[in-house]
Amino acid sequence: MIITTTHYMLLSAALFTLGIIGVMTRRNVIIILMSIELMLNAVNINFIAFSHQLQNVVGQVFAVFVIVVAAAEAAVGLGIILAFYRNKETVNIDEMGLMRW
Amino acid sequence: MDLIWLIPLLPGLGAAINGLVGVRFFSKRTAGIVACSFMGAALALALYAFWQLLGLPAEAREHTVRVAPWIASIPLQLSNGTVGRFFIPWGFRLDPLSGMMILVVTGIGFLIHVYSIGYMHGEPRGGYARFFAYLNLFVFFMLMLVLGDNFVVMFVGWEGVGLCSYLLIGYWYEKKSASDAGKKAFIVNRIGDWGFIIGMFLIFTTFGSLDFREVANAAGAMPTETASFGLLSVITLLLFVGATGKSAQIPLYVWLPDAMEGPTPVSALIHAATMVTAGVYMVGRNAVLFSHAPMTMQIVAVIGVATAFMAATIGLVQNDIKRVLAYSTVSQLGFMFLAMGVGAFAAGAFHLMTHAFFKALLFLCSGSVIHAMAGEQDMRHMGGLKKYMPVTYVTMLIGTLAIAGIPPLSGFFSKDEILYRTFLSNRIIWGFAVVTALMTAFYMYRLMSLTFFGAYRGPAWDAGGGHGHAAHNGHDNHGANHAATGHGGGGHGGHGEWHGPHESPRSMTFPLQVLAVGALIAGFVGVPAALGGPNTIEHFLEPSFVARAVVAGPSTAHATNTVPALSEPASAGESKGETAGTAAHALETDAPAGEHAAEGTHEMSWWGEMALMALSVFVGVIGILVAFRFYVRSPEIAERLAQRWAGPHRVLSNKYYVDELYEATVIAGTMASARGLWVFDARVVDGGVNGTGWLTMFSAWFSSLIDKYIVDGLVNLVGTVLEESSFVLRRLQTGLIQNYALFMLFGVFAFVSVYLLMR
Repeated sequence: MIITTTHYMLLSAALFTLGIIGVMTRRNVIIILMSIELMLNAVNINFIAFSHQLQNVVGQVFAVFVIVVAAAEAAVGLGIILAFYRNKETVNIDEMGLMRW
Repeated sequence: MDLIWLIPLLPGLGAAINGLVGVRFFSKRTAGIVACSFMGAALALALYAFWQLLGLPAEAREHTVRVAPWIASIPLQLSNGTVGRFFIPWGFRLDPLSGMMILVVTGIGFLIHVYSIGYMHGEPRGGYARFFAYLNLFVFFMLMLVLGDNFVVMFVGWEGVGLCSYLLIGYWYEKKSASDAGKKAFIVNRIGDWGFIIGMFLIFTTFGSLDFREVANAAGAMPTETASFGLLSVITLLLFVGATGKSAQIPLYVWLPDAMEGPTPVSALIHAATMVTAGVYMVGRNAVLFSHAPMTMQIVAVIGVATAFMAATIGLVQNDIKRVLAYSTVSQLGFMFLAMGVGAFAAGAFHLMTHAFFKALLFLCSGSVIHAMAGEQDMRHMGGLKKYMPVTYVTMLIGTLAIAGIPPLSGFFSKDEILYRTFLSNRIIWGFAVVTALMTAFYMYRLMSLTFFGAYRGPAWDAGGGHGHAAHNGHDNHGANHAATGHGGGGHGGHGEWHGPHESPRSMTFPLQVLAVGALIAGFVGVPAALGGPNTIEHFLEPSFVARAVVAGPSTAHATNTVPALSEPASAGESKGETAGTAAHALETDAPAGEHAAEGTHEMSWWGEMALMALSVFVGVIGILVAFRFYVRSPEIAERLAQRWAGPHRVLSNKYYVDELYEATVIAGTMASARGLWVFDARVVDGGVNGTGWLTMFSAWFSSLIDKYIVDGLVNLVGTVLEESSFVLRRLQTGLIQNYALFMLFGVFAFVSVYLLMR
């Protein structure tokens, strides 16, 4: 069986959906952050698949770029979470309402 | 003669020195010497100037010196539509009339200064210097008054002497009556000055000048206002109002008797010899104006004789020695105005001069008596002073005979001249004047009798243990010597140790003797033609009373090139022909025109004149004899008469209740109107102010309401609306991150859906 672009897209959609569900439903900020990584990687799969199909290297470059951004995002996000935890002793997203009116 | 401006300045300098330095630092001796020496210098200068004046030919005896411009030329609209130049120089003019006046002022002023050294001896040091400063200041202003060559300079002196009069009457200002009298004199004089100043305004708008000579020339060219009460009559009447104030005539005479509260030298100098004659002088100075207004002349004559008569009747019954003399002064001033009123300007001025001598003498004698009696002024407590103070007695007797009109003393010639001219003019007025002369002789001799004759009625004194009367005389002589060396005491206070009546010190008797000589011989300058005399003074003074073209001598030219003079030859030349022609006999032709029965037609025979003269001597003698009989021979007659005529006596004693009348009418009216004005002020003016304030407060309150509820309300409304609306909108901000993420997801779905569906 030949693995076509459609298969990649289905995989990517499945991963993306998992990520969204994770972001929407979990209360632990770290899990949410991990779910975001999942969504980014789903996008990466898409980029690579189309790059391959269209024989265009820009998609791969973009994927590498996304990985760099994801790494930075993870670093900043974890830093924030760490600082927050030191103050409030929690990582529950429902208790993060400090900026509310 | 170009230095005549120094004559007023010298006493002014003395006043400045004594007033600024002397009050603090000078001893009594220094203060007196400073004042007297400046007066002496002024007298010497005046004598020199007068001598020079006599050296000129009669028609050139008019010399003007303009020291400096005062008010630079201001163009002002005149009543005839042209534009006049209101130009006032510090100008001084010496002519026969002012020459006579400066001699009287400096001469008598000098003697009174000398007299004051003795009289004021008991005063404290500062007060002594103050007194002399005021006295010098007075002489300064008086000389300004008589020497000024225009109305404004004269007015400066006029007001200045009023001020000094006020200061000197109130010299003993701790005494309520003295300060009240000073205020009364000042205020009454202001009423007169009102007339004077309005008169000055009218003169300027009419003639376009305030220079005496120019006004006289211009007025001389105008027709005599025989039939109608015209502009000249109004002007002269206003000037006369000023004169009544200064010279104590009806109705403004009330201040003069009260002015006797001042020290006696002041009464002698200011309120007898000089200042009160300023009104007479002013009328004489404007003789041309007055002689062109016969109606005013009539009024002047009537007021003069009425004042003379009324004051003489009051003088009959007064008991205060100085008050008798004060009413006598008012009466004699009335005589002077009578003379002015009948056109006998020279006679009036002559009487002014002789009166200055004998009235100053009488006042100084009364001061000597008061001094001797340690401040007692009531004649009922005197008597028999003849043997204690012989010099005073003799000099005062001379003064009394002079005022009574006994020949050949000075008063006879001047008073007789007035009576004669009055007789020619109006027989009724003449009758009153003769009765007044009779009363004058009577009350003056009454004064002499009560003071010097009869028995001594005063307080007893410590005669030095058991000494008899004879022994006392020796003691008294000692007392007199003692007084001469510096004891003495003020005329008002009282001696610490009184040794009974004594003759006054040398500095006081010397002026008495000089003035007595003056009172004796001053009349000889005016011996009337009927007695074979040349009547020198009348011919001497006449040029001052007539309109005449300005004499443009070389000396005047000298004055004009230093200061721009305003003598313009145009108007002078225009009226020259007319005025110069009438000048010689202007007095004879102008004055009596109209009702004043022309003298030319009424000229009396020699016998008639002699008869009048004899009559006036006769009434004088009668008055003296009656007084002698009443008060020396048999004093009970006077008592009995006073009881028999109790009503009239009371009226006279109370001075016709004129003061009370003024109190009830003028003063009460003034007070009532003042009170009314005060009420108006308190209610209406203050009410207006308060109302404005209240209105402001109300509008401010109202405006605060608007601010508070409308402006603030709008601002708050905006806020409230925003706040309320935000209440709804902020519900969106849940603060739940996943909520936001859900919205984003929906949004993405929505966009993607739209994108897909629209494709």
